[in-house]
Amino acid sequence: MAALLNSSIIMPGITLAALHPGDTATIVAIHAEEALHQRLLALGFRSGKQIELIRKAGFSGPLQVRIGTTDILLRRSEAAKITVCQGAVGT
Amino acid sequence: MKRIALLGMPNTGKSTLFNRMTGGAARVGNWPGITVELLSGKILLGSDMVEIIDLPGIYDLHGFSDDEQVVRHFLHDNVPDLALVIINATQIERQMSLLLQLKQLNMNVVVLLNMADEARKYGISIDSKKMSELLGMPIFLVSGKYGTGYPEALQAVTKALRYPTPGMAEQLRSQLEQDVHIETEMARVLRHAVQIPAQLPENLTEKLDRVMLHPWLGLPIFFGIMYLLFQAIFLLGQPLQGWVGDALGWLREAALDPAFAGLPAWLSGLLLDGIYNGVATVAAFVPLIVLFFLFMAMVEDSGYLSRAAFLMDALMARLGLDGRGFVMLLMGFGCNVPALMGTRVMRSRAMRLLTMLVIPFSLCSARLQVFVFITAALFSPGVAPLVLFSLYLFSFAAAILTALLFKGKFRNNEPFVLELPPYRFPTAYQIVMRGWLEIQHFLRRATKFIIAGVVLVWLLTNLPPSAATAGPDTLAGIIGAWLHPIFAPIGINEQLTIALIFGFVAKEIVIGSLAVIYGLSGEALGGALGQQLDWVQAYSFMLFTLIYTPCLSAIATLRSESKNLGYTLFSIGWSLALAWLVSFAFYQGARTLGY
Repeated sequence: MAALLNSSIIMPGITLAALHPGDTATIVAIHAEEALHQRLLALGFRSGKQIELIRKAGFSGPLQVRIGTTDILLRRSEAAKITVCQGAVGT
Repeated sequence: MKRIALLGMPNTGKSTLFNRMTGGAARVGNWPGITVELLSGKILLGSDMVEIIDLPGIYDLHGFSDDEQVVRHFLHDNVPDLALVIINATQIERQMSLLLQLKQLNMNVVVLLNMADEARKYGISIDSKKMSELLGMPIFLVSGKYGTGYPEALQAVTKALRYPTPGMAEQLRSQLEQDVHIETEMARVLRHAVQIPAQLPENLTEKLDRVMLHPWLGLPIFFGIMYLLFQAIFLLGQPLQGWVGDALGWLREAALDPAFAGLPAWLSGLLLDGIYNGVATVAAFVPLIVLFFLFMAMVEDSGYLSRAAFLMDALMARLGLDGRGFVMLLMGFGCNVPALMGTRVMRSRAMRLLTMLVIPFSLCSARLQVFVFITAALFSPGVAPLVLFSLYLFSFAAAILTALLFKGKFRNNEPFVLELPPYRFPTAYQIVMRGWLEIQHFLRRATKFIIAGVVLVWLLTNLPPSAATAGPDTLAGIIGAWLHPIFAPIGINEQLTIALIFGFVAKEIVIGSLAVIYGLSGEALGGALGQQLDWVQAYSFMLFTLIYTPCLSAIATLRSESKNLGYTLFSIGWSLALAWLVSFAFYQGARTLGY
C-alpha cells in the first residue's frame, strides 16, 4: 500500500522526453495527432508497454528508445507527447 | 499474367528478397491509381510467368505517410493475385499487426518470416507450423541474405497462385478500423507460437553503438567515415572517369572521325562535336555513380545511415531538414547527381524536395576543376588554397540560406520517428545488385535529356554556318551580347557569358569552351584570362559558376526524381537568381571598396 501511494505521488505523468539514459518506464498515454499516433502504434508504442531510454543525442538532438526488440529514434518534441510512468508498473 | 505484390514493413529485407527473386531483371513502371513508379520483375513460377511488384515498405495499412497511401491505392486499383508478406522475424511481436490487417482484406497471402538467422541469434524461437494453423495462412522461415528456406516458400507461392484470389472488399478503411480485434488476435498468436527472451543478450550492435553514437566521439567518427568514403569514391572514381573519357576519345579518333569524314562538315560536326562529345562527357560520370551507389548501399544496408541521422538531426531540424539530408549534402560535394538520387531514402515528399533544392549548391568535383584552373591563373600560389576554401564556405552558406528561406514552403508534417536497425554486414551480392539497378535508372532517364541539351548548345555555337565556332556572330555570341546588360553589373564579359551557357550543360566543359572561344589552351589560356580579367571579376565569375545550376545531368535528375516540371524550373530559377545576387553583391561591394 505504502509503495503504491509512493509511486503515485512521486511519479505523476512525466513525459518520455524527461527520462534519463538507462531509465525504464511504462507508457501511460500518447497525446499525438493522428498521423504521428498511427506511426507510433505501428512501431510498437502502446499504453502499458515497457520503454527504455537508451541515449540522447547532443545539442537537443533526438532520443533512442527501445520497446521490445525494436530500437526507435524520435525527436524530443515527439517524445514530449508521450506520457510515461517510471517504475515497473504492470509487469 | 498473375501478379504478386511484395508487402512488408521497412527494414524487413524486402528489397533484398525482391532482387533475389527477380535476379536483378527488374524494371520501373507506372501503375494505375498511384503517382510513383514501382519496381517489378517477371519470373517463371511452375509453368507460368508471374509478375512481382515491390511495394514501398509500410508500417500500417491505414497510415498517413506517402508510402502508406501508395500501397493502399495500389492494392485498391490493382488487386494482386497474391500478397507475399515479408516480416522481420526479430520484430515479429510488432510486425504481426500488418499481417492481421492484410488477413482482413481477404487476400491470398503467403508469409515469409525473413531474417530467421538473426532471430535465432537473439534467442527468438518461432513455431511456424503452429503459427500457420492459428493464422490460417502459409508461413515460412527464410533468410533473404543467405537464401535459406527459399525453395519451399516458392513452392507454396506457386500452389497458392492456383486458386483465384478471394477478392478484396471495397471498403478498405472500414474493414481496417478494427484495432482492438487485431490486438487481441496478436496476443493470442504470439502466446502460442513465439517465445522471446525477456532480456535480449547484449550484442555487437550495442557495443558498436556505444562508440559510434558516443556523445563526444560520435560526430568526429561520423565526419571521419564521410571523409573516407568521399576520398575513396574519388580516389577510385577519378582514374576510372579518366579512362572512360580517354577510351571514348580514342574511339572517336580511331574509328568515328575516319568513318564520318565523308559526311558534310556540319553533319559530322553535329554528330561528333555535338552529340558524341556531349554523351561522352556524361558517360564519364558513370564510374563515379556506380562507385557512389556501391558505397551508399554499404552505408545504408549496414544500418549506419539511421545513426548518421541520429547524430546530425539536431542541426538539420533547425533547417527544416533531417539528419539523412546532411549525408546527401556531403555526398553532393562529389557529384550532385547521385546525391539527388540518394534522397529516395526519405519518406516525406516535402522534405525530399527541400533536400533536393539544397543539394545543387554542393561544390561538386566538376566545379572544382573550373575553380582550380581559374585560381591557378589569377591568384598567387599562397592565396589560391584560401580562395578555394572560401568557395566551399559560400557553398555551405548558399545551402543553409536556401533551406532557411524555403523550409516554410516545404513544411513537412512527417514526424521524425525512425527505426534504428541493428548493424548488418551487407553481402557483396546485395551491394552489386543495388549499384546495377541505380546505374540503369540513371542512364535510361538522363540520356534523352542530355542529347537534346548538347545538340542545342552545338547549334547555338555553330549557327549561322558562316560564323566562326563560338564566335561573336553565332547565336551563342548574339545571346551573349544580348545578356550583356545582365552580366555586366557582376563583372562577367561576353566571352565568359558564353562559357556560362556551356556550363549549363556540364561544368567539365567550361574550361574547354573557353579554350574554343579564346582559341588558346592550357597555360596560354590561363595567361590570357590573367591579362583580361582582374581578381574581382574572376572571383565573381567563380561565385556565379558555383551557385547557378550545376549541370544538365543534375537538372534531368531533379526532373525525374521530383516528377514535377514546375519544381524543377523553380530550382533552376532560384539558383540563377541567388547566383546573380551573390555575384552582384560581391562585385559591386569590392569595386566600391576600391579593388
